[in-house]
Amino acid sequence: MAKITMREAISQALWEEMEADPSVFILGEEVGVWGGSYAVTKGFYDHFGPERVRDTPIAEAAIIGAAIGAAMVGQRPVAELMTINFAFSSFDHIVNEAAKLHYMFGGQFKVPMVIRTVGGGGRQLGATHSQTPDAIFAHFPGLKVVAPGTPADAKGLLKAAIRSNDPILFIEHATMYQTRGEVPEGDYVIPLGKSTIQRPGKDVTIITYSKGLEISMKAADELAKEGIELEIVDLRCLRPLDMDPVFESFKKTNRAVVVEEGWKSFGVGSEIAARIYEEAFDYVDAPVKRVAQDEVPLPYNRTLEQEALPQVADVIAAVKEVL
Amino acid sequence: MYYQMVLIRRVEERGAELYQQGKIGGFMHLYIGQEAVSTGLIAARQPQDRVITAYRDHGVALNCGIPSNQIMAELLGKVTGTSKGKGGSMHMADTSKNFWGGHAIVGAHLPIAAGFALGDQYGHRDNVTICMFGDGATNIGYFHEALNLSKAWNLPVLWVCENNLYGMGTAVERASAVSEIRQKAVGYGMPNERVNGMDVMEVYEASKKAIETVRKSGPFLLEIMTYRFRGHSMGDPERYRKQEEVKKWEENDPIGIFRTYLMGKKIKEAELDEIEANVDAEVIKSVEFAEASPEPTTADLYADIYADA
Repeated sequence: MAKITMREAISQALWEEMEADPSVFILGEEVGVWGGSYAVTKGFYDHFGPERVRDTPIAEAAIIGAAIGAAMVGQRPVAELMTINFAFSSFDHIVNEAAKLHYMFGGQFKVPMVIRTVGGGGRQLGATHSQTPDAIFAHFPGLKVVAPGTPADAKGLLKAAIRSNDPILFIEHATMYQTRGEVPEGDYVIPLGKSTIQRPGKDVTIITYSKGLEISMKAADELAKEGIELEIVDLRCLRPLDMDPVFESFKKTNRAVVVEEGWKSFGVGSEIAARIYEEAFDYVDAPVKRVAQDEVPLPYNRTLEQEALPQVADVIAAVKEVL
Repeated sequence: MYYQMVLIRRVEERGAELYQQGKIGGFMHLYIGQEAVSTGLIAARQPQDRVITAYRDHGVALNCGIPSNQIMAELLGKVTGTSKGKGGSMHMADTSKNFWGGHAIVGAHLPIAAGFALGDQYGHRDNVTICMFGDGATNIGYFHEALNLSKAWNLPVLWVCENNLYGMGTAVERASAVSEIRQKAVGYGMPNERVNGMDVMEVYEASKKAIETVRKSGPFLLEIMTYRFRGHSMGDPERYRKQEEVKKWEENDPIGIFRTYLMGKKIKEAELDEIEANVDAEVIKSVEFAEASPEPTTADLYADIYADA
């Protein structure tokens, strides 16, 4: 199996789906001539042409609104939002339109649309360009929220997302485009809404996704040296949320730490912890811990930024607290 | 067209009664006074042309050919309604009639309409998207993003501003830097026209031309001047306009104007009266249908959240 980067895996999925289905097209800021602000669509414009790789005005409501409309009349647009921070300029269209149109009109409208976007901090971009607001979007029924943590998952989930008949927010992490991993070649598709065990273990269950997976894997390597075996569950999709592997693992370890990059309050960790308490209370041997971002707007200064973001050491400390 | 205009008037009047009886809930915005706008406009479309509008949508839905039964049933929240009772007054649609809603967030459907036109252009189809909105929607960013995109990509969309002079209770000149809305199209290099929306024939002729212009050469903005005889919604105290103003407009009743026009064309009064009697019968039946229709169930509550199985 080829070892490729997250960027290559995403690019491969897009390319293959565009080759396979003429109704798939890309629109967004700088996706064409420029080649994508994170270079994911490099080479697409020359190969697929300006009709299928459309450079848009800087107008997020128009980008998402137009993608919704095109999807409703039978196309499969993949809209790129340069960063998830710009999703707020099109928040209304994502949560008030895309997420509701199928239900609110009694099932007659379909919105087979993917919004590819980039989230996360760690690149010294300041508070408005470094957010991880994944949980906000996961709050809305009708929307699907996908956030892969490995190149293989990125490819398989993006292919599934493009083929889905529902609106999907596909969140890539800004600091993970160079992450390498083995990715199956050809038509590799992973069903949406399935959590998975990324590392088996017996002592503590880590529930995480996206960047949190990278941090947790490193923590697991460190703790293994001390004889502590973490079992890491990667959620991969925040909605629909598959809790089965979480409960299965927790019933074995009776201890859990949730690792996410977003803020702690009202976050993914809050949701996971609540579900564990509600549905697996008899198996709880220690309080569920949450490792998350400090509750500050992320600062520019490198040291301060890293201080606010969750680190490997934070995961290790949390694991030791629940043991 | 006469049948349609009278049908809209009667459905809305009956709807207002049912609202007052508590049988219709939520927000309801009546189309009384504005009937000529969508009647003339939609009569001018080809079957492949898509229509999308804002929340004042009952009349538009009727003109697209949705049976009054389904509209009344939706108002009463029944499963036989256009949206299976889940949309209500502001969210009616029927894709089989090329009516794409009924959208309640002011201006938000304009980028979506641009998207319909994009999807059709991308698919090399000759559909035109007819997107209706009020004067109030032209002050929100969505309007400008959508108009700009439509012109930049030359999308086949007809922008139709139903200018009824008030965005809720705020007069257009108090809210908009230019009160002649068509001028906003000029900034986007877009051809435009302003017509009298109380005269259905004038609306029809202008729409016919505008739709074919769009099909041939890209986006166009049509401003149709009109007036709503009732409040913005059912809960409107109407402190913002004088009764004399409303009365003056009521003298320009679009149905009356069209009736006079038809009689001038030697159509007998008895024929028009018969049309009205047929409308009354249809409306009575639609209420009976809606009242007799079943309520949605708990299973319906969880149906259609996602399209994937």
